[in-house]
This record gives sequence, C-alpha cells and structure tokens, in this order.
Amino acid sequence: MTRIDDKFATLRAEGRKAFVAYIMAGDPDYDRSLEIMKGLPGAGVDVIELGMPFTDPMADGPTIQLAGQRALAGGQTLQKTLDMVTEFRKGDTETPIVLMGYYNPIYSRGVDTFLADATKAGIDGLIVVDLPPEEDDELCIPAARAGINFIRLATPTTDDKRLPKVLENTSGFVYYVSITGITGAAEAQADTVAPEVARIKSQTDLPVIVGFGIKSPDTAQAIAGVADGCVVGSAIVSEIASGKPVAQILDIVRGLAEGAHRA
Amino acid sequence: MADDLFNSFMNGPDEKGRFGDFGGRFVSETLMPLILSLQEEYDRAKTDPTFWAEMDDLWEHYVGRPSPLYYAERLTQHLGGAKIYMKRDELNHTGAHKINNVLGQILLARRMGKKRIIAETGAGQHGVATATVCAKFGLQCVVYMGKHDVERQAPNVFRMRLLGAEVIPVTSGRGTLKDAMNDALRDWVTNVADTFYCIGTVAGPHPYPAMVRDFQSIIGKEVRTQLATQEGEGRLPDTVIAAIGGGSNAMGLFYPFLDDPTVNIIGVEAGGKGVDEKMEHCASLTGGRPGVLHGNRTYLLQDDDGQILEGFSISAGLDYPGIGPEHAWLHDTGRAQYVSITDKEALEAFQLCCAMEGIIPALEPSHALAHVAKIAPDLPADHIIVMNMCGRGDKDVQTVANFLGFDMSDTEGRKAD
Ligand SMILES: Cc1ncc(COP(=O)(O)O)c(C=O)c1O
Repeated sequence: MTRIDDKFATLRAEGRKAFVAYIMAGDPDYDRSLEIMKGLPGAGVDVIELGMPFTDPMADGPTIQLAGQRALAGGQTLQKTLDMVTEFRKGDTETPIVLMGYYNPIYSRGVDTFLADATKAGIDGLIVVDLPPEEDDELCIPAARAGINFIRLATPTTDDKRLPKVLENTSGFVYYVSITGITGAAEAQADTVAPEVARIKSQTDLPVIVGFGIKSPDTAQAIAGVADGCVVGSAIVSEIASGKPVAQILDIVRGLAEGAHRA
Repeated sequence: MADDLFNSFMNGPDEKGRFGDFGGRFVSETLMPLILSLQEEYDRAKTDPTFWAEMDDLWEHYVGRPSPLYYAERLTQHLGGAKIYMKRDELNHTGAHKINNVLGQILLARRMGKKRIIAETGAGQHGVATATVCAKFGLQCVVYMGKHDVERQAPNVFRMRLLGAEVIPVTSGRGTLKDAMNDALRDWVTNVADTFYCIGTVAGPHPYPAMVRDFQSIIGKEVRTQLATQEGEGRLPDTVIAAIGGGSNAMGLFYPFLDDPTVNIIGVEAGGKGVDEKMEHCASLTGGRPGVLHGNRTYLLQDDDGQILEGFSISAGLDYPGIGPEHAWLHDTGRAQYVSITDKEALEAFQLCCAMEGIIPALEPSHALAHVAKIAPDLPADHIIVMNMCGRGDKDVQTVANFLGFDMSDTEGRKAD
C-alpha cells in the first residue's frame, strides 16, 4: 500500500472525488515552487503531481514547456526536485506525490539509483510519458518492485484490444488523457470522457483520474463527476507564470479543488 | 538471439525495435497504436511486389535513379592516394537523398488512407522532398522547421511554399532540427486520425529507423552493382564514407555492406567548432552518451542531469544532438568507425570539390569529403573509397558566402571588410 492507495481508499470511503494538481518543480524558482507545493494540501489538493523539467517535453504544450525552461534556467535538476520532496515531507507525511516527466533524466541518473533516491525522498508514484507498456522492463517493473506506483496514461487511441496491456502493470490509479493532443490544449468534454472512463473501469478496479484540458472549476466539477477525480496542470502553471503572489495562486487552486469536490 | 545478430549485422532490429540496447519505442501512449499500425502496414508492404514495383518505377522516372557512381579523377590525383568515387545522390530530383525515403513513406501513407502529411526538416531537404511528393500525389503537407534553420536555409523554405506546403517555424529551443521534431511529434499526437508523420532520417521510434534505412539502402545496393559491373572494378569498395546528421544517407550506403568484412565503414559527424568540453558540435557518438529522445535510445549530447544539449554545426542538416540507433549499435560493436569533421574542414572540402570536380556539394557531404581528403593521401592507389555525395550545395551558397566573408550583392565579387 502506497500513500496513493491509502488516499484513494479514504476518498472512496468518504464518497469524494480526487483533485490532483500539477506544478513544475523549480518554477519559477526553487523556493517559490517549494512554497507553492507546501500550500497545495491546504488548498484542497488530494494528490500532488510534481513535474520534472526536461529540455524536450514532447507531450506538453507551450505553457508547461515554458515552465520547464524557467525551472531549468533557474538551475533545477532532478536532484533538486528530489530535495524539494524531502523538504516537503518534513511537514507532510500523508499527501501522495507523483513525479511526472520524461525518461531521459531518470535513465541518465540510473534507474536503480533513482528509485532508491525517490523512495528515500518520499515519492509514491511515477508518470513517465515516453514509456509505453512496450518498454515496461525499463522502469515500470523495477519501480513496482521498489514499491513505487507506475501510473500509466490511457488515451482516446487506446482501443479495447490494447487496454489490457496498458492496465497490466499499472498501479495507484489510471490517468485517462481526455484528448488526443498536448497539455494545455483543447477543453475536455464530460460527455465524451464519460463513456471512455466507463470503458476503462469495466476492466480495472483502479481509480480513473482524468487530465488534460481542464481549466476551470466548472470543468473540474463536470469531469470529476464522470470519473474518480481530475488533474489540473496548465491552468495552474499559467498562473504561476503570470508572477502572482503565492497566496493568490493557492486561492485559484482552492477554487479548482472546490469545483472537483462539488462533483 | 545475440548469436544471430553477431552472425550477421543485417538482422536488426529485433521484434522490440532494438539494435542491441539501442532503438525501441519510447513514445507516449497516444502514439503507440499509430506506430503499431504503421509497422503492420510496412511489414505488409515490404513483402508485396506491387509496392516495390511502384517504388522502382518512381525511383527511375521521378527521381532519376540509379544515380551515377562517379570516379573523381582530378580529386584523386590531387590527393595522391586512394581512388575516390562519389555516389551522386545530389543529382536526384530535389537535390538530395531524402526523396528516396519520402517516396516510400508517402506510398505507405496512401495505402493507409492518410491525407495529411507532416514532416520535420533541418536543412530543408527532407521538407522539400516531402512537399514535392505531396504535391505529386495531391496530399496536404505541413513542415516543421526550426526558426534558426528557416533563416539559414531560406531558399528551401521558399521552395517548400512554392510546392504548396505550409512551413511552420519552430521557436522553442535554439530553433533547429531537434525542436522541429518535438513540434512535429506534438502535431502528430494532436491529429492522430488523418495524419502521417514522415520522418526524414533513421531515428524516431521503431519502425522508423529500420524503414528509413530500407528505403535508403537503394544507395548502397546500386553502389555494389555499379562498382562490380559498370566501372570495370569488379569488386567491393575498400572504404565507404558518409556524413551523419541522423544518419539516413549513411545507413543507406552502409547497410548493404555490413556483412562484408573487407569493407571499412566510416561515418562522419559534424564537429562544429571542435569536439571538446564546450560542446559546440553535433558529434553524438564522439562526444555524447546513451540516452532516450524522440522515441529511441541512442547516443545523445546531454548534460550530467540528462538534459539535452543544443548542438552546433554550420550545416543545418547535421545540427542534431542525436544519431540513429543503428549507428549507435554499429559504433558499440565496432563494425563501423565514427569520426568528426569541423566546420572549417568541411568548408575547405566544399571549396576543393567546387574547384577540382565542378560539383558544388551540400555542406553535409562536405563533411564526408573532408574526411576523404584526410585519409586518401595515405592509402594506396588501388584502395577504393566511395563517398556519398548525398546533396547539392545550392541551398548553402549564402551560408558559405557569409562564412568566407563574401557579400553576394557585390558586383565585383569582393570580400566584405
Ligand atoms: C544533403 C543532406 N545530407 C545529409 C543530411 C543529414 O541527414 P542524414 O544523416 O539522415 O542523411 C541532410 C539533412 O537535411 C541533407 O540535406
């Protein structure tokens, strides 16, 4: 049982939907990013998705690309991202943390070293965009062995034939990508998402969380209403980019969380 | 498995798309079904004689294949050693080897019923080839090109637009080939239903590296028969040499010779300002280490944190921080040797080729030629070198003029101050 499993068990018992917030580690700088992260649980965030900056984020739109560039320009590294989590865990031992990013920085560090460091820092799950089930031997299987959830993306192109393969080694939750496209693009539509979530849920007992294209409290409510929860990324990251004070950013997050929790 | 691979260098990739540890399918889930259906279609086409009959017909009548194998006599005498042949792929329609591969992929796209074609391009040669074949078949064409490359390869940008393609300048990163490929992948992930991604080199997720190699292998196959029969040499070359950006013209020349142990194989990477710790070069094998980018594991220019570095080369077509996975494997197994050539050396070879052979080469093959100029003098007269003249230099004259300090608008042809 990871913190993710515990959290979803609690939410299920309470009949509540999950609100997952994404921020980029080190954006706009290490200190502010950590400060925002520390404020997320208090703003109603159930699970924190922490982006690991990468120079070539092929699945991300301009908002998250720029966040990654700001973080890298400020000297963010994978080590500093792990340090952030260690710092965060000093004050919060319950909120699940999922690292999200691309494989190369992890591969560069060495998978075994990374998993040991991630466990020590208090990381609960991983979403690595460029590791489909065909490459499970790389990180997914070793992560499961190390007790870290490997959360897989299912997408509109994942047909029934392929879905079992996608679900096979997934743990923690399933992340359904609401659109074909990059982060921060088209608005997610609850009526097209609902049957897809149902399709996935017919094949797994894991919670299904929907992300990509959720920008407002209303959409968060609508999408969370047809799933076990939702993720908001670009809409938060663009507020961070605008240079707003931390308290104001957390208010916006609170609004989104309340939307999801109304569902 | 390993035994098979080491009995032959021509069996790769395996069913997971690996050449040894390199290659693979490192893409997002959204793209995975597309890549699998492409692989199915390619597997079907590969053994379908009607597919190859159509390719052969287009290669002959549209591209102008076979390209000549040309004995560079004056250059041979000038260098005073090995006998130098050039494989004249710069004479192809559109001026480079890129169209060999584009035709294959567009025929596949047609078989799959895809109506919208996207491509990335560096020097613009792959973009021009893709725009050309799309025009011929009435397909929509969108080309991603780094902003820096749009500026330094302006003639090709206009050619693409004349051919009806939409050229989208990419501003992320330093605005070169790597960034163009990122945006092409972003387009593909967004427009999955109707779009075919026509990759221009032997990189990307499986099956691209193998598929592009197969289409480009026409180069090496022709060299084999041309040298054995038409030139009266009656034998294999001793050395084959090609420039490497992603490595498609090189794989095309090398592949048919991989199992001939007497043939030396040399790939030439772009050394930019010099292969040292300043990393102002694009020599992934000489100056990089294994990593994962753009769908495959290969040698990459990267920092200690696994962040990809921006390379540097005078040649837009070689300005890429990675290299095709099969080259990474040939490098590690020792079957092929990889060297680097600096901008300055390539420019000297460019001028030498103009003066000695009346051929204005592209900056990319100028790198291969520069290495020929380095090694030929020390080799015996009966040593046969075949270098791949994979592109012509029309697109580069402005860049060369700038580097050499000429103002092209000066009517007296004087150097600028
Ligand atoms: C003439 C020419 N040669 C070589 C290259 C590099 O590509 P590759 O290494 O795939 O042959 C390019 C790419 O644009 C090119 O235009």
